[in-house]
Amino acid sequence: MLSFVSRRLATGVGLIATLAVLTFFFLQFGVSDVAQRIAGQQAGPDAVAVVEERIGVDRPVIVQFGDWVGSALTGDLGRSWFSGQEVTEAVMSRMAVTVSLAVGSVVLTALLGVTLGALAATRRGWSDRGVQFLAVLGQAIPGFLMALALVLVFAINLDWFPATGYTRPSESVPGWLLSITLPVIALTVGSIGGVAQQVRGSMIDAFERDYVRTLRSRGLPQRSVVFQHVLRNAAGPALTVLGLQFVILLGGAVIVETLFSIPGLGPLALNATSQGDIPVVMGIVVVTGVIVVLVNTLVDVIQAWVNPKVRLS
Amino acid sequence: MNQPLLTVDGLEVEYPGRGFRAQPFRAVKGVSFDIRPGETVGLVGESGSGKTTIGRALLGLAPVSAGSLTFKGEDISHPTKQRRRELTRDIQVVYQDPYSSLNPSLTIGDSLTEPMIVRKTSKKEAGARVRELLDMVALPADAADRYPREFSGGQRQRVAIARALALDPTLIVCDEPVSALDLSTQARVLELFLEIQERTRVAYLFISHDLAVVREMSHRVAVLLHGEIVEWGDGDTVTSAPEHPYTQRLLLASPVPDPAAQEQRRADRLRLKEIQAEQDLQAGAA
Amino acid sequence: MSSVTPAAAPARRTGPGLFLRLLRHPLGGVSMLILAVVVLLGALAPWLAPFDPSATDLHMILAEPGPEYLLGGDAAGRDILSRLLVATAFSLAGGLLVMAVAVTVGLTAGLVAGYYGGLIDAAGAWFTALTMSLPSIIVLIAARSVMGPSMWWTMAIFGLFISPVYYRVVYTSVRSVRNELYVDAARTSGLGDGRIIGRHVLLAVRAPVILLMSGVIAAGIGMQAGFDFLGLGDPTTPTWGQMLNEGFYNINRSSNLVLWPALVLGLTTVALTLLGTALRDELEGTGDKRHKAARPWALDQEVPADIDHGDEPAGDALLTVRDLAVAYPAGEGYATVVKGGRLSVRRGETHGLIGESGSGKTQTAFSILGLLPKGGKVMAGSIVFDGEELVGRTDAQLNALRGSRIAYVPQEPMSNLDPSFTVGHQLTEPLVKVLGMKKAEARGRALSLLARVGIPDPQRAFDSYPHQLSGGMAQRVLIAGAVSSHPDLLIADEPTTALDVTVQAEVLDLLRDLQDELGMAILIVTHNFGVVADICDRVTVMQKGVMVETGATRAVFENPRHEYTRALFAAIPQGAPRSPLPGVSSAGSLGAGALR
Repeated sequence: MLSFVSRRLATGVGLIATLAVLTFFFLQFGVSDVAQRIAGQQAGPDAVAVVEERIGVDRPVIVQFGDWVGSALTGDLGRSWFSGQEVTEAVMSRMAVTVSLAVGSVVLTALLGVTLGALAATRRGWSDRGVQFLAVLGQAIPGFLMALALVLVFAINLDWFPATGYTRPSESVPGWLLSITLPVIALTVGSIGGVAQQVRGSMIDAFERDYVRTLRSRGLPQRSVVFQHVLRNAAGPALTVLGLQFVILLGGAVIVETLFSIPGLGPLALNATSQGDIPVVMGIVVVTGVIVVLVNTLVDVIQAWVNPKVRLS
Repeated sequence: MNQPLLTVDGLEVEYPGRGFRAQPFRAVKGVSFDIRPGETVGLVGESGSGKTTIGRALLGLAPVSAGSLTFKGEDISHPTKQRRRELTRDIQVVYQDPYSSLNPSLTIGDSLTEPMIVRKTSKKEAGARVRELLDMVALPADAADRYPREFSGGQRQRVAIARALALDPTLIVCDEPVSALDLSTQARVLELFLEIQERTRVAYLFISHDLAVVREMSHRVAVLLHGEIVEWGDGDTVTSAPEHPYTQRLLLASPVPDPAAQEQRRADRLRLKEIQAEQDLQAGAA
Repeated sequence: MSSVTPAAAPARRTGPGLFLRLLRHPLGGVSMLILAVVVLLGALAPWLAPFDPSATDLHMILAEPGPEYLLGGDAAGRDILSRLLVATAFSLAGGLLVMAVAVTVGLTAGLVAGYYGGLIDAAGAWFTALTMSLPSIIVLIAARSVMGPSMWWTMAIFGLFISPVYYRVVYTSVRSVRNELYVDAARTSGLGDGRIIGRHVLLAVRAPVILLMSGVIAAGIGMQAGFDFLGLGDPTTPTWGQMLNEGFYNINRSSNLVLWPALVLGLTTVALTLLGTALRDELEGTGDKRHKAARPWALDQEVPADIDHGDEPAGDALLTVRDLAVAYPAGEGYATVVKGGRLSVRRGETHGLIGESGSGKTQTAFSILGLLPKGGKVMAGSIVFDGEELVGRTDAQLNALRGSRIAYVPQEPMSNLDPSFTVGHQLTEPLVKVLGMKKAEARGRALSLLARVGIPDPQRAFDSYPHQLSGGMAQRVLIAGAVSSHPDLLIADEPTTALDVTVQAEVLDLLRDLQDELGMAILIVTHNFGVVADICDRVTVMQKGVMVETGATRAVFENPRHEYTRALFAAIPQGAPRSPLPGVSSAGSLGAGALR
């Protein structure tokens, strides 16, 4: 088990390294005039040269990258070229907001998705068709459109929730809850469908399995076979889908955050890339990569725990 | 006539192990036998005996790690890609599963002309050949335009046989060709195999787990256990009075469809089991 | 050997009929109609648009819908309708570009990697993992800072980014096709790799590739709208996302601006997704087609009286099946797989039910257990077990019999054990839940049963997972489970078919011993006359759903009276062995001695 986890993590480190290299060199093409922009449009060549030296873009790209890697390995992701803020600090504080949104909607997705999927699989008939239709609808409508609709209805017309803005939990917990309710719902609606469909499919599949018939032939009632055996065997694929949803939710959060003016990773990423603020972009990419790798490893571990064939080999 | 068509000498097949530092898996461990023109050689064994792998090695679908395969005097254990493709004219195959050995989206005619594509046979010629082949395996001529799903297992197996015959091969590897068929269908397909052999003098390597089927089909029989031949000789002797303890066990284990004879066979098997257990015990003590 | 569900497999076709079938599909028809309208509007936008979409008119800023601007004016005084029409063209083109890139890259890479494996395979897996470890929006934003705000570049990169969706689908289907025997057969027919890919592999990936198209276009359109909504798009190409963006910033002044693009965008993506669902239904036959039985079930043939060898005892039958009919919904009516005849199993005897595939023998066994596969139903007849009628009982009532008085041993040992639970758990669960034993007691019982069925190390087997056992061991475990409640009747469905002959002999010995010990009756379903001769006291022959002949095994074997039974006996291979070819001496024979 330990070697399994370390193998997964090693692959993850390789991935993050590739990601970092690609992003860094790719970004070089787009930042030719960044020093001019930092110094201001009126600044003369001398002033620009000073800025270039300060942020280090006067050196060869490969040296810049070496420097970045060197300090990144010690946990220092540098400072923003524009605001001078510590990248680690900026990314981490905003990442916390984004991840809490994503985790909130993953949990909600898991609860509702599994419930609806199981309901559809066991009841069939009308409840099945209803769940399937909702799932398709949820998947079809882009997340931000859903968010837009939610804002229009619940914030502007009904005034139940704040339309935009974010309250930190340290300021007011009820305020925080109110401020993240609509964003979390907007994110969740689209992902429930995928999980529900997956759970439904693999449960229906599991129902037709030979071992279910054999268990029933021992006098076990349908109910107990469903909850112990069918659900357990349907858990694996559902988990995989949840893991994928998490990444998609992180991406969706970028748009939803901008829409709701929530100070998460989204607005930061937008700002940094449009300015060409390489240290911040690199920080966002690497930290996101790390989180995704950790989540995927966690999914794999749970997966292995559920499936003895993986665990024991 | 006495010259072997195929000589298998010390054949070994090794599959690389899966995963890091895994041991390679040796499926066939030094197997030797030969097939004469027009002869049927039966390979009998249980699952994991390596019988299917030997057939696949002959077809170039399994890696030969040691030993040699000599076909018509030529070593074919490691042929070039080009040569391998030419060899398909001489060595053909009929698989066990008549459901997956035909592409469900191609018509029977398409499947039958497949071997002729490479030979650049003209369309007209190919069509005539397809009719001829269908006739040979006793299928109606209009079968060419229909899809595999419209046929029963036995009929599909006839199509597979027709495909194998398309290029007039001298050797056909028959890998459990009747195991997936019902009893009555099985009998008719076996008959077809014999009939075709009589007509074309093709040789068969007949692979099966069923001693009774092999007995009916084969001139000579090899018995495989864990990748090795434990007994090899003429069909009658091997299948009715075997020498090797494993073949004896195998023979007595397959039940005969006659209650009285089966009762006798069961008693024989239990007695043999005791004797062999005793021998093993003595061998262990010695 | 025996198929569990006899209903015909759905025909898979992608031929010319597909379009028509989609139109007839309730969701497919509606969504195709919506899409057709949207595509048409987009394609004809230059001619349909009444105004230049970027021409501003200061008098028309945020104008209400009126005779001039049919849908009103936007914040810059442009005609919403004209903008919407042109935006439709651009948005659709963006979605199509995403699909084109994703298909081209994903299909090519998937084909090559799936067929050849090796380095390309590894590279593909790596790229897939890479794209899945970063939200695409972040990549697109980064790409924009390099490429500038070009919609085409953004969409092409997004296409590349989601190409793994295609890659994985194509890759898996190529992998599975590669292992199909017909590909091996093509290779032994001398076909080269290119021909094999063209003939066999492309055919197999066609359906999944078509299936994913509408979903990928929808994802592309959605992503583009989101991207433009963030204000990252190219201001010179009007799109739905951009109109939404402008509308959102003026939402307090007019909700008209958001309404129309939101409506068209939502309708289009929903229609695309529903079309995908309809496609799946038609291509894979997964549609929730409600079975409309136009004709009520009726026995479609007269069932002739069975031949009875006349030794039927009057009173001591444990199980009597009479005139049983089992049917599955098929087409507009029913397919009747069991049609009648009589089966009677006495207390303590072993009774063989023999027949070829499709004879209905397994369906008969499932009917007795009350565990017919989905759709199957007992339509007529009676099943009397120990004086009680089972037909018409509720599932709960049958549960009281199953696992206590009637037990079942299946054909395929591996698939009949739950892979996620230990053998011990699967053995003790019914003992605790059904027979009400204490956990420790159940454990002791399970261990002694495992020892009884001849498993050398019961404790180890108890702690094992099914995949750690051999087929023969797994079948012993299943037998142990079946007899754990000391049943009166054990139904064994082809219990040795999946096993090697030497193992088969041992399993038959075990069944015989257990019967002597427990005094239970065994109904053994098989296609093998040898098995019947070995273990059965009496036998019933089934043909095409009808039990045609029954009697003591010896009587039936010595004097088969039904024409079908005779034909079966004639088909048993028992011909004389072939003599060696002339000139081939058997001197090459090497016996045991020669090898050692």
